[in-house]
Amino acid sequence: MNKLTRPVSLCTLLLGAALLGGGCVTSGTLEPSLGAARDRQAPDDSLFRALGGHAGIASLSERFIRELAADETTRAFFTRTDIGRFDRLIQEQMCAESGGGCTYTGDDMRTAHAGLGIERRHMNAVVEALMRAMDKEGLPVATQNALLAIHAPKQADILGE
Amino acid sequence: MRRSSTPLAWLFAVVLPGLALPGTVAAAGNSRIIATGGATAVEGAAGGGLVPWALLAGYGDQGETGATAFASVVRVDDFALDVIGASVAFDNRVELSAARQRFDIDSVVPGERLEQSVIGMKLRLGGELIYDAGPQWALGIQLKRNDTFEVPSAVGAADSGGLDVYLSASKLWLHGPFGRSAFLNGTLRATQANQTGLLGFGTAGDSRHEAVMEASAGLFLTRHWVIGAEYRQKPDRLAFAREDDWKDVFIGWFPSKHVSVVAAFADLGSVAGLDAQRGAYLSVEIAR
Repeated sequence: MNKLTRPVSLCTLLLGAALLGGGCVTSGTLEPSLGAARDRQAPDDSLFRALGGHAGIASLSERFIRELAADETTRAFFTRTDIGRFDRLIQEQMCAESGGGCTYTGDDMRTAHAGLGIERRHMNAVVEALMRAMDKEGLPVATQNALLAIHAPKQADILGE
Repeated sequence: MRRSSTPLAWLFAVVLPGLALPGTVAAAGNSRIIATGGATAVEGAAGGGLVPWALLAGYGDQGETGATAFASVVRVDDFALDVIGASVAFDNRVELSAARQRFDIDSVVPGERLEQSVIGMKLRLGGELIYDAGPQWALGIQLKRNDTFEVPSAVGAADSGGLDVYLSASKLWLHGPFGRSAFLNGTLRATQANQTGLLGFGTAGDSRHEAVMEASAGLFLTRHWVIGAEYRQKPDRLAFAREDDWKDVFIGWFPSKHVSVVAAFADLGSVAGLDAQRGAYLSVEIAR
């Protein structure tokens, strides 16, 4: 996460020539540009920033966990969960998927949810817990939708289908 | 109200108990995300105002039973349509619905009103509105019976009853234009109905099913408010008067999973010889 100044200029060199330089500039922060230089494409950390960066994601994760604990449908699935680890992985995942440049170190979705007996109604309840958490965090509609849209395609893995 | 015993018996024997059922059996539940049950279209199927959609009534997902009841009123320049009905959906797979329509035609036949009953069944073929990349598909039928056939018969309709069959595809994009969730539905219907059956079915020389296209589009401003538009193509068979396609622009409000309200401006075109029938549509649905 250091050596950042060089990748930015590299990004500009690589992509600016391809008339995509704006993508590098508008990324606003330096860290994602490292990945961009590696991937040779413009990074998009707009969702990460809309979520409030690391601090916003930490707050959202805590709120999400509170909502999961408050709902009896979802609470049952977390009775033996290491909440500290769960919190860390949720933050990693949200950061990674929103363009924040983190690496998610947990199991893939299929493995993480295997054998838990998760049915559609359970998954729906988790989605609603996330919605309530985002509402309480005061996140704008577009930000909420962007985060939900990232998670929606995971349903088959979560349900083990 | 003559000959209405069968559909009404359905309403009371199947659908209304269905409203109570989810609260009393283990299959109760309404876990699907808010607004994904849509509203109820004028023929009783879950949908928009004029068009049935591929999504199923209420909020039950697999292993759950959803149910709804609704009342709709349409007030255009010279006519009034009132509809009541209810539906129950099992396992997010099968929807059963019943609706009763009353169409006031006092402006063309003083003191007269037409009545129709519609029994509907809808089967979700596959796909999931939100979570799948592709659309949700459903196949539906609507068994219709006009209980006031004297007027339709006098203007050339051949039958007092008919069967509509439709195929619908619905898709919601969570993160659509302007970061809002966008909804599209397309419905292909085969029908013999004149003015959806309010003016009977077919004509003396033509009782074939005709294919018509219907479409709806919506944009969720928030999770609770949606604006959109619909278009419903219609056959035009009766010689005595032209029949136009129907369209509307709507705004829907879903304050909770238990109640929703849809208001619309509807354009029904020419109806029974009176042109440019435009006006208000209002529908209230309760769900559990």
